[in-house]
Amino acid sequence: MGTGTGIGRVRGLGSAKSGAHHWWMQRVTAAGNLLLVVWFVLSIVRLPSLDYRTVTLWLSSPFVAVPLVLLVINTFYHFRLGLQVVLEDYQKESSKVAGLIAINFFTIGAGALAIFSILKIAFAGAR
Amino acid sequence: MAEFALPKNSVIRKNGERHKAAADARNVKAFKVYRYDPDSGENPRYDTFEVDLDSCGPMVLDALIKMKSEQDPSLTFRRSCREGICGSCSMNIDGRNGLACTTAIEDIKGEVRITPLPHMDVIKDLVPDFTHFYAQYASIKPWLQTVTPAPSGKERLQSPEDRSKLDGLYECILCACCSTSCPSYWWNSDKFLGPAILLQAYRWLADSRDEMTGERLDELEDPFRLYRCHTIMNCANVCPKGLSPARAIAEIKKMEVERQL
Repeated sequence: MGTGTGIGRVRGLGSAKSGAHHWWMQRVTAAGNLLLVVWFVLSIVRLPSLDYRTVTLWLSSPFVAVPLVLLVINTFYHFRLGLQVVLEDYQKESSKVAGLIAINFFTIGAGALAIFSILKIAFAGAR
Repeated sequence: MAEFALPKNSVIRKNGERHKAAADARNVKAFKVYRYDPDSGENPRYDTFEVDLDSCGPMVLDALIKMKSEQDPSLTFRRSCREGICGSCSMNIDGRNGLACTTAIEDIKGEVRITPLPHMDVIKDLVPDFTHFYAQYASIKPWLQTVTPAPSGKERLQSPEDRSKLDGLYECILCACCSTSCPSYWWNSDKFLGPAILLQAYRWLADSRDEMTGERLDELEDPFRLYRCHTIMNCANVCPKGLSPARAIAEIKKMEVERQL
């Protein structure tokens, strides 16, 4: 790598030839979140009550459980993309790489837990 | 981590010299000017210059030239055209990047604080080191590139409509006011090209005569070179030529996506 000259440092390792997909998915998931969050808030507001039985019964409907799973996937995907940008902005080298691995583990793990919880109620019903 | 504090040898020592105006001066304005002399080994300081506006031109550059001619000849800054076309006298005036030659003194209330462009290595006083900025400019190959051989005996033609697509782009004078006002450029200028260079890159992407659009987009598609722009918009806010690097960057991002969808 030509680190001995100004232009060598700028050219560095060359272009990663990626980033457009990340940028586009951030916009697409933002649009998805807009729809899903509006649906979620309206649905919660329209529930007759917020007691345990009403909410679990509501969740057992496929027309609720499916969009809720989509909301979880979409939110965690968007969250992951955004956190990556923050890490790239402020962290360098090894701490950045460690952070990028950690956000993958966290968002996929937390998302999987949330989806499992929704499906458990949807399939097994309230206990 | 990104650097949020000044290195120890860059911290500004507050009390510098005070250059008084002549005793009979009636219309005096104070200018607090950043001073740094690499040969002294001392930290930077602010010197205060009292300038008699009754015997000074209207612009901040006029005041700087007066300070240098009459009060302290060691005061160092870049200037050339004094009419906003060369981009030499870009600096931070009263907390805002701009050209000293097109910033009117009367528009600034109270004491005028002048510092070099932010987050750049300082060579001396108000002179920042542009080596890296110019290398970044060179890296985007800022010239017409074609696969078609040049037509013999005549120029490459362009319709007035296609030519108008370069308006708002060709006027850039590379003063770096935009890039050095951009937080993303402060934290990641080693790899992020910054608003000025990206506007220049788009100037060639938008040129109907250029045939290397794909190669240019390939070189720009990078999480750091292009996508550090988070539309903070400081660039469009400070540009002394009234251009919008933010819009040019948005157009590049649209082109990058367009070829994938």
